[in-house]
Amino acid sequence: MVRDALGVGVAAGLSGFAFGVTAVGAGLELWQSCALSLFVFTGASQFALVGALAAGGAPLTAAAGAFFLGVRNTFYGLRLATLLRVPGPVRPFAAHMVIDETAAVALAQRDRRSARIGFTVTGVTVFLLWNLTTLLGAVGADALGDTKTWGLDAAGPAVFLALLAPMLRGTAERATAGLAVVVGLGLLPVLPAGVPVLLAALAAPVVLLLRGQFHARGRTGRDATEPADAGHTERDAVPGAGRGEDGS
Amino acid sequence: MNVWIAIAATALGCYAAKLLGLSVPQGVLERPVVKRLVTLLPVALLAALTAQQTFSEGGSLTLDARAAGIAAAAVALLVRAPFLVVIAVAVLVTAGVRVLG
Repeated sequence: MVRDALGVGVAAGLSGFAFGVTAVGAGLELWQSCALSLFVFTGASQFALVGALAAGGAPLTAAAGAFFLGVRNTFYGLRLATLLRVPGPVRPFAAHMVIDETAAVALAQRDRRSARIGFTVTGVTVFLLWNLTTLLGAVGADALGDTKTWGLDAAGPAVFLALLAPMLRGTAERATAGLAVVVGLGLLPVLPAGVPVLLAALAAPVVLLLRGQFHARGRTGRDATEPADAGHTERDAVPGAGRGEDGS
Repeated sequence: MNVWIAIAATALGCYAAKLLGLSVPQGVLERPVVKRLVTLLPVALLAALTAQQTFSEGGSLTLDARAAGIAAAAVALLVRAPFLVVIAVAVLVTAGVRVLG
């Protein structure tokens, strides 16, 4: 289990390099890139913020998009709270470690002791490697020159796509994604940078409302077309988590 | 300065979101509709962000080498390639198309 935790930590930590390069390529300074990894410490939000700033978004608009992505950690925290029973004094530190990777490892354990060890080892490993590799990526980006020559401007969207792919299991998820793409691209040329993403987020409540309407008309079977791989566990939703394991 | 404001706001917001989850009494945020919304919210954001960062440049829509890179990443995801391989494929294909183009 500790090996799983370390494996997840190494995989996630390595993508910090891509973040460091992307952040500096987007025009942030070295210390700004490092501050994000130290104090925000949740990858998707960091990539989103950097992308929005690079596109010329206003600071608080950019931060709002990043924040909404970070809200999923609240729900990891809710589930972890009962599992880990974090003592009060430790809670402010433990909270910083509530991310995709630690939730995946901790929630996969059978008892509290293993969950606590898994959470701690994963959290510390990811934190150290994520910050170290952000620094290396940010330093390396200067040496690389124009990051576009190296195709590194594709790293950000590729990270988003890799996080998104395992979530597209049901029809509601696919409809939401499709609507969000249309809104996000359609409004991009006409609204200030960062705003179209926030409006695209409304695809989530809109799809829920529409489905509610359908249910009200007597439709049964919530996800009639649920694909065959719906049995995936939570950890599949996390990049790097659970890869190369045999479940034993 | 603006960048530091954005960093501070994001750091505070994201930390508050994490701490809230660990601290809130059970059941408060466990209503089915809230849970459903929270699973769909990242789907919408990630889909919009992927599309925008692939098909836009300085506030207008474009089609360039990144589209090829992200298409290749999608194929890598379909064959269940590991996370880092997916990112590497996207970067290498984008760079390759730029060299050829």
